[in-house]
Formats: sequence, C-alpha cells, structure tokens
Amino acid sequence: MNRVIKIFSVVISLFFTTIIHAQDVAALVQKVKAKLDVVKDYVADGTMKTDVSFIKAPVGQVKIYYKKPNQFKLKRDGGISILPKGGVTVNMSSIVSTNDFDVIPAGEEMLNGIKTKKVKLLPRNENSDVVITTMYIDEANLVICKAITTTKENGTYEIEMSYGKYSNYGLPDKVVFGFNTKDYKMPKGVTLEFDDEDKATRDKMKNKKGKVEIIYKNYSINKGIDDAIFKK
Amino acid sequence: MWTLLQIELYKIFRRPRTYIAFAAITSLIAIVQLGLKVDGKEYADFVMADFKNSFSIDGNTLNGYFVCYILLQLLLVHVPLLIALIAADMISGEANGGTLRFLLTKPVSRFNFIMAKFLAATIYTIALLIWLAILALFISMFIFGTGDMLLLKNSYVVQLQQDDIFWRYFGAFGFAALAMTTVAALGFFLSQFAENSIGPIVATMSVIIFFTILSTMSIPLFNLVKPYLFTTHMVSWKEFFDIKVDENNATIKGTIEHPERIVRSVTILAVHIFLFVGASLYVFKKKDVLS
Repeated sequence: MNRVIKIFSVVISLFFTTIIHAQDVAALVQKVKAKLDVVKDYVADGTMKTDVSFIKAPVGQVKIYYKKPNQFKLKRDGGISILPKGGVTVNMSSIVSTNDFDVIPAGEEMLNGIKTKKVKLLPRNENSDVVITTMYIDEANLVICKAITTTKENGTYEIEMSYGKYSNYGLPDKVVFGFNTKDYKMPKGVTLEFDDEDKATRDKMKNKKGKVEIIYKNYSINKGIDDAIFKK
Repeated sequence: MWTLLQIELYKIFRRPRTYIAFAAITSLIAIVQLGLKVDGKEYADFVMADFKNSFSIDGNTLNGYFVCYILLQLLLVHVPLLIALIAADMISGEANGGTLRFLLTKPVSRFNFIMAKFLAATIYTIALLIWLAILALFISMFIFGTGDMLLLKNSYVVQLQQDDIFWRYFGAFGFAALAMTTVAALGFFLSQFAENSIGPIVATMSVIIFFTILSTMSIPLFNLVKPYLFTTHMVSWKEFFDIKVDENNATIKGTIEHPERIVRSVTILAVHIFLFVGASLYVFKKKDVLS
C-alpha cells in the first residue's frame, strides 16, 4: 500500500512539474509577445543579400514595412527583389500568439553563446499553413534568437536573428532566412540557349540550401503606415 | 576608294529593296512590343512559372531592357536573311544587270572594287543594326521603362542592376554587328559564283541554317566541329549578360562571367570575315568576267 502511495506521489509530482513548466514557458512566450506587441508598425532601411546557388543577385538596399498584425512588405529600392515564398513574410509577432498555438517546452540550448529556452508552438487551427514552430528564446532579453517553422505549402524555414540597439522593441539588427531549394531548370526551347553548362557550374547548382540575409540599419517605429503600401 | 564607296552606298540605298529589311525589322519589333505591352505580364508569368513556384518576385521585370533582350533573341536568328538580301547581291547583281564588265573597264583596281563593295555591304549591315538598336532598345525603354533585368538561363537566374545594363547592350550590339558582318562576308563571297542574286541569297541562308543546326544539337559527333563554326559564335552576344559572383554569391557589378568566350568568338568571327573576304578577292582577281 505504501509502495502504491509512493509511486502515485511521484507520478502526481511529475505531472504537476510538467504543467508548471509548461505554464512557465507559456508565460515566457506571453512576455515576448507583449514586448513585440508594443510595435504596431515600423519602416526599416536595410541591405539584403540573396545566397542561392542558382540565383546571381546583387546586394540591394531595401525598405521593409510592417503593420500589425501580419502585414509585411519588402521593397527593393528601384529594382527587383527575389524572396523565398512564404518565409520572409513570416514575422515573429504572428507566430508568437498563445491564443492560436499550444506551447510545449523543449528544454534549453546554447545558441551563439546565448542561453535560450527552446519552445515548440503547435497551431490549434488545423487549416493553418504552419505545422510546427520551434523557437529559441533569450529569456534574459525576451527576444527570439531563432525560429524554425515548418509549413504545409512552402517547406521548412529557419530564421536567425541578432539584436542590437532595437532589442528593447524585439526588433533585430540582422535576420538570416535559411530555406531548402528545389532544382531549377528551364527548357532550352524557352531560353534559346543550346550550350551545355560546364561541370563546375553544374556542381555548384547542386547545393540545395539557400539563404537571404537582411541587415537592418534603422527603424522608424509606430509612426503610422498607409495600408495601400502593402497592396502594391 | 572613297568615291567608289560612296557610289556603292548610293546604289544600295537607292534601291527600294534595301528598305524591305528596315521595314521588316520595324514591323516585327512593333508587333512584339505591342504584344508584350498588352499581354506581357502573362508571357512573363509563363516564362517564370517554374521559378515562381519557389520564389516571389517583386518589381518591374517586364521593363525595356528585358524586352530588348527578348527581341534580340528572336531577331538575331532572322536578321541574317535580311543581310544576305543585299550582301549576296553585290557582285551577282552587277553580273545579272550586265554592268560588271563595264565597271571593270574603269581605271580601278579589282582590289579596290571588291573592298568598296564589301565595305558598302558592311555599312548597310551596321546601319540595319543601328536601326534595330534604336527600335529594340531605346523605344522599348521609352515604352516599358527601365529597371533591373532578370534573365532566366537554362540552369540559373541572373539579376543585373539597372545601372549595369546599358554598357552591356553597347557591347552586345557591337558583337552582333561583327556577327552579321560575317554573314555579309559569306553572302558576298558566294555572290562571286553566280550571275543572278537568288542563288547566292539562298545558298547563304542554306549554309547558315545548316551550320546553325550543327551548332545547336548536342550530338558528340557535331561537338568536334562546333567550335569552328561561325554560327556557334554568333550567339555569344549573350555572354555580355552573365555576371561574376563573389564568395557570398552576390553579383560583382561591371563584370562578365566568361569574357574569354567573347574574345574567342570575336576572334573566330574575325577570322571568318578575313577568310571570306580574302577568298572573294582571290576569286575575283582570277575571274574572267564575261557578263
């Protein structure tokens, strides 16, 4: 009988520890969300580098627009911007919402010398494009250092963020989007190029990982943005 | 020589037939520009459909620079026929008209005679290409505006910045002038052997079609001769629209990925011109002109 009571006590303790831990993590996510919610909109200047094996693109000056809750627009100054579908428009504010997601603690991890709490977010809405998001939160500064998001339509994205003078707002100085790429091939009848590529070029194109790096130079926060900007 | 050249140019530009080429290019370019202005977005979406499955593209991709690239791809395959119409008629036309023998009674060396005719054909070729450049590039820039150029190659995509494009077109049109001069030289050479214009014109086009087929088919047997065919090198103007990248895969402005290919193609084409004109001089000097 004593033995049964002991086993029952251990199970109950573990159960409540798990619940308390989950509530701690949910509270952490809420705090991060509250910090991000201070930013209703921003306009930022930055530079963007696209590093995909089969895309030769220049480093460009970009303007980034964001308006709560999930309007996001990236414009290249006077040129063409090439962005992976889905990934770059994902913003942390829309992900970090315990109203729509279940929060599951997943331990801790060191990331670039910063101790982070690992959290998994599972969307409650079965029709959501997001399948799961894993976030690495810097508890001390209440910022998200890394997020890995798996979507139904556009595969898996990794977003790594570094912070500087705008960390009080939860806005990063540098964002690196990593994603998987599919093979790119155009028919010769469309390009009208009948030469075969050399082996070095073919080998280079086999790299299946791509990344887009955006370095933010300055933010103009909560100054108001016209919705028309996001419609163009 | 200068007087001879002026006379030959007068003879070329006096004939209504000469302006067929200019009219053909004008109407072809106009129709393509109209089509792209009306339905260009659908065309661009079709061409970029596969790429847009994975990437979203923001910005004006259908601008004047891109339209000009499409026009050059379409037209530089067909312009050789328009060049051959005049170049292949230079000697055979005189023979057909019965004026060749008469002209050679003048106190003009056969060398000067041939060179004046070839230079006149070359000036016609360059004039045609200048007209092509005005319509394809400047009018397209006026209609469609300017911007970055996004080019879809067979296995990669190239984005050229707006301020890094114009000089490339300058180089591409210069190269195209050399390529078309090679066609003119071929037509001029074949013109030596006939007394009517149709034969050399058809022969010039047949040679170009034949060599183009050899140049475009990826058959190992043909790969042995491909590097020596002028048709293989006529398309090297596209090398002006490829760019080097740094270790981070970012483009380096003002560079060309394979400049050595352009140099090689220029050399091959120049050698062909030299051979065709040299052969023309040799044949004409030895020829017994009876017509």
